Amino acid sequence: MDLHPHPTADLWPAAAHGALRTHGVRAVGYVPDAGLREILLLCQEDPAIRAVPLTTEEEGIGLAMGAWLGGEKAVLLFQSSGVGNLVNALGAVRECSFPLVMLATMRGEEGELNPWQVPMGRAVPAVLEAMGVLVRRVEEPGEVGPAMDAALRLAYESDAAVAVVLSQRMLGIKSFQPEVEP
Amino acid sequence: MTKPPPTLHRREVVAMLLADRGDLLVVAGLGSPAWDCTAAGDHPLTFPLWGAMGQAAMTGLGLALARPERRVLVVTGDGEALMGLGALATIGVQRPGNLALVVLDNERYGETGMQATHTAHGVDLAGVARACGLPWAFTVTGPEGLPELREAIRARPGPGMVVVKVLPEKLPLTFPPKDGAFLKSRFRDALLAEEGEGAGTRP
Repeated sequence: MDLHPHPTADLWPAAAHGALRTHGVRAVGYVPDAGLREILLLCQEDPAIRAVPLTTEEEGIGLAMGAWLGGEKAVLLFQSSGVGNLVNALGAVRECSFPLVMLATMRGEEGELNPWQVPMGRAVPAVLEAMGVLVRRVEEPGEVGPAMDAALRLAYESDAAVAVVLSQRMLGIKSFQPEVEP
Repeated sequence: MTKPPPTLHRREVVAMLLADRGDLLVVAGLGSPAWDCTAAGDHPLTFPLWGAMGQAAMTGLGLALARPERRVLVVTGDGEALMGLGALATIGVQRPGNLALVVLDNERYGETGMQATHTAHGVDLAGVARACGLPWAFTVTGPEGLPELREAIRARPGPGMVVVKVLPEKLPLTFPPKDGAFLKSRFRDALLAEEGEGAGTRP
């Protein structure tokens, strides 16, 4: 399978996946997004990581809390629209000081083709910050790996909740496939 | 066909489930199930949720996947389970053999004034669980079902779910500790100490 259908997509999925491995992440809960296609493939093919498809992003909060209670690390991957589905559950993360790392691919920004994506996309940083999540926005592919490494370190060594948010401009219009994603 | 009225007392059911709990790990859903588990005895390896309604089953899944050698029991209520129905589909896909769920179903939102939940109108949570691919799920309506309940929860390869129809009682509020960070650290440290993994060793 061709893991790099878009030459401009750079190597950030491999770098982010490498950060997950370096930090001993054992599970990845996800709701798919076109921008996450390659890192999801890397996680699904990695015998050290259990890829857990979720019906809604909120389920990932329970998954991550339970994993940490059990001495393991579970990271969440989803599209930015899913931030809205997390909100109440993030209250438990904050109250309990659970470590949490999320990687969100932006919708509703530059080049967006679906206007219904725009309101949630614009609210993403405010919503996350309102619930106590540290937001690290990434605009350049080469920054994704270091940002994930720093987020994992901060979360698991300092009991923080961190979201690494990848800009739509960085992901590129070509990452979105109009024929399959209205 | 009319339903038989419930006869089981939730605290007696939970006390029976948690008696001689051995190495059982417990997640308690918010509200009455958390009070029920606390009434049976506050325990470091019970994690009671005070919020995140709908996340009890998923918290149990995360724990069960992290600790495949330990039996994980989620005790929750019908309202909490209904808010996270998708979790049953996710559990049905992951199928951890060490996870069991008990839903104490009084067909009411007990903490908000005993309003009817969907199960009062016939929604069958055990049927949902079976449709989601859980290998076993059944409903207990009276004391004759309790031996099978305990056997299934403690020993049957999972994931499985038992819905226990209980009386809609207002009971004394037996609170667990409220400090979430304490509850989290207490659970994790106790578990990792038992597993010999050196709790609290982070720099």
